[in-house]
Amino acid sequence: MHSRFCPRADIRIAILGLPSRQAVACQRRALLKETQIATKSKAAQALAKLATGIEGFDELSRGGLPRHRTSLLIGGPGAGKTVFALQCLVNAARRQRTPGIFVAFEESPRQIVANGATFDWGLASLAEKELFFLDAHLSPTLVKAGDFDLAGMLAMLAAKKKEIGAQWIVFDGIDVLVTLLQDPVAEMQEIYRIRDWLADNALTAIVTAKLENRTSEAVHYGFLQFMADCVVRFERRQEDRVSAQSIQITKYRGSGYAAAEFPLSFGPSGIEVGAAEPAEIGHGASSERITAGFKRLDAMLGGGVFRGSSTLVTGVPGTAKTTLAGKFAEAACKRGERTLFVSYDEAAEEIARNLSSVGIQLKAHVKSGLLRMYSARTEGIGAEEHLTKLKSLIREHRPRCMVIDPLTAIAKAGSLGAARTVAHRLIYMVKDAGITLLVTALSETDDPRAESTDLQVSTIADTWIHLSYLVLSGERNRALTIIKSRGISHSNQVRELVLSKSGPTLTDVYSAGGEVLMGTLRWEKEAEESARKTRQRAEFDQKRRELQFAEARTSAQIKALQMDLQRQRAELALYADENEARKMSSSERENELRRRRSADSAGVSSRNSGNGAAK
Amino acid sequence: MSRRQHKPRARGAPVTTVVVLRLYIVGGAPNSVQAIANLEAICREYLKDGHKLEVVDVLEHPRRALADGVLVTPSLAKLSPLPAANVVGNLSDKAKVLLALGLKGKVQ
Repeated sequence: MHSRFCPRADIRIAILGLPSRQAVACQRRALLKETQIATKSKAAQALAKLATGIEGFDELSRGGLPRHRTSLLIGGPGAGKTVFALQCLVNAARRQRTPGIFVAFEESPRQIVANGATFDWGLASLAEKELFFLDAHLSPTLVKAGDFDLAGMLAMLAAKKKEIGAQWIVFDGIDVLVTLLQDPVAEMQEIYRIRDWLADNALTAIVTAKLENRTSEAVHYGFLQFMADCVVRFERRQEDRVSAQSIQITKYRGSGYAAAEFPLSFGPSGIEVGAAEPAEIGHGASSERITAGFKRLDAMLGGGVFRGSSTLVTGVPGTAKTTLAGKFAEAACKRGERTLFVSYDEAAEEIARNLSSVGIQLKAHVKSGLLRMYSARTEGIGAEEHLTKLKSLIREHRPRCMVIDPLTAIAKAGSLGAARTVAHRLIYMVKDAGITLLVTALSETDDPRAESTDLQVSTIADTWIHLSYLVLSGERNRALTIIKSRGISHSNQVRELVLSKSGPTLTDVYSAGGEVLMGTLRWEKEAEESARKTRQRAEFDQKRRELQFAEARTSAQIKALQMDLQRQRAELALYADENEARKMSSSERENELRRRRSADSAGVSSRNSGNGAAK
Repeated sequence: MSRRQHKPRARGAPVTTVVVLRLYIVGGAPNSVQAIANLEAICREYLKDGHKLEVVDVLEHPRRALADGVLVTPSLAKLSPLPAANVVGNLSDKAKVLLALGLKGKVQ
């Protein structure tokens, strides 16, 4: 470019520089990339996280709590702060064998250990070795005379940390301590002291603080929140007579996190956060077909349902949803697959008994351990609680097929919104595990569209079978329709579902006047059909016989006529002979008479010819 | 020691009980330094006759402090005579300290 105005040497440099400039750009790009990578890895280092081992929380926090940093848990009483903090310690101690310290400002360690014994942590034995509980519960008789600080306690904790090699520390109920300080300046000082101490001691800390009222006290804990690198808010509220707990990360320095509020529940292993589903749907798709229960239904589905798919069976009470579900479970057991049958508000024993009346035998499979039947009441139990139970059942039994009858029962208590998310999460979870699922849903009306307004499961179910009653000419008959079946060419016909001692089946289709006939009408039609056939056959036989008769008659006639003809011919021949003979004899006689009478021969001959004409 | 404790129970007799005190501090911390000074002043004024004061630096004896159930510093424990008492803070509130140690009557 500049070469025109430049001396020769510069031109050379410019020319030589051209490729080198490219090289520089290349280098610079590479460098940039490197530094990006470096900053990324540096950031990753700075943001090292420790997995809490709490189901769901590690997903929504993208890996756990920040290592060597402070996390603050705030929330009202009974929202799960202490359990959460303790569970982090327990998990670290059990899984990574890393000891921890629990500083209890609020409850006594004995109470905490006793409360923790309700979970399957083996807390009492852990408390002897891996976990150290400091009773920082200040006695009510304690006299406060002047300012104090936490330097002594932190010195003691540092010594303890060194002794047991602790990596986690929990300050449970720091608000109690803060209240004792009675001075905002001192509060801040002490909290900074704790923060510095934590940083110096390379401990991963969890600090919990009560929060009675969301708006007013949030300001009070402002600096506490500032000090923490991660703030997790716990909440407990009433939703339609059932208390629902939720968890939300409101701050996480230098890390992404799922910002939404997630449901939280207490399972046998402690807290579970209902956030498990990643935005991306992970389950693979199998092209293997398995039976939906019985042959004729499979035929309607073009060969059965896909393995790992979910089937929704909807219908009003009494439309044989459970029977269909039972048949599905029995078929799975017959294939030798582990199956889980969950029923709500109906005892497993009852279901097994009732199903045996329609030829579905589940008891033997229960005995062999292949089938696990679980039944639970739903009154006053929140959807989250049901989900927690189902999760643990799935973990225990490891089923390949699963039935939930009816899924709608989980929405009985608590808010519908909560039940909806639970239903969706449940279905996704089951599908992710590759389990073939069949759920039934009770619809209040016979209109299948009514279901879609309820739990909204129909949108995520792969196959949707609707059972209904068709009332026609004073009869109520069960009808089965496949409303949708993803990836399967399915029948669009309404079929009659008939329950017999040998199990459910679908009948042949009789349609008349645009309606599929069912029950007695179908039976009538069937009878009519067979009568018509009989009549047709009879008519045909009759006609054939008639024709045979006619044929026989005709041929008989032909025979008779032929015989007649022969007879006539014979007669004719005879007559001709006779005539000849007579002619001869008569002419002889004529001649004789003529001779005797001596008459004219012509007169006689004319009379003879006249005779011949008359004949 | 126990013998000497029993004697002053006689009515009207001057208090000659040896009060055993233990002060947990963190060496060098402002509150701790202040607490030592305040306590020494109180002892000079009210416990001339007999007292035993032990100052424990938590930084040096953390495990002992832990075993003794100390939480915050400075922290004063009256071990004898009974009833035992605990006072936390830099002891600047003299009236409260005296009340807690059972020395309130002496002030009047």
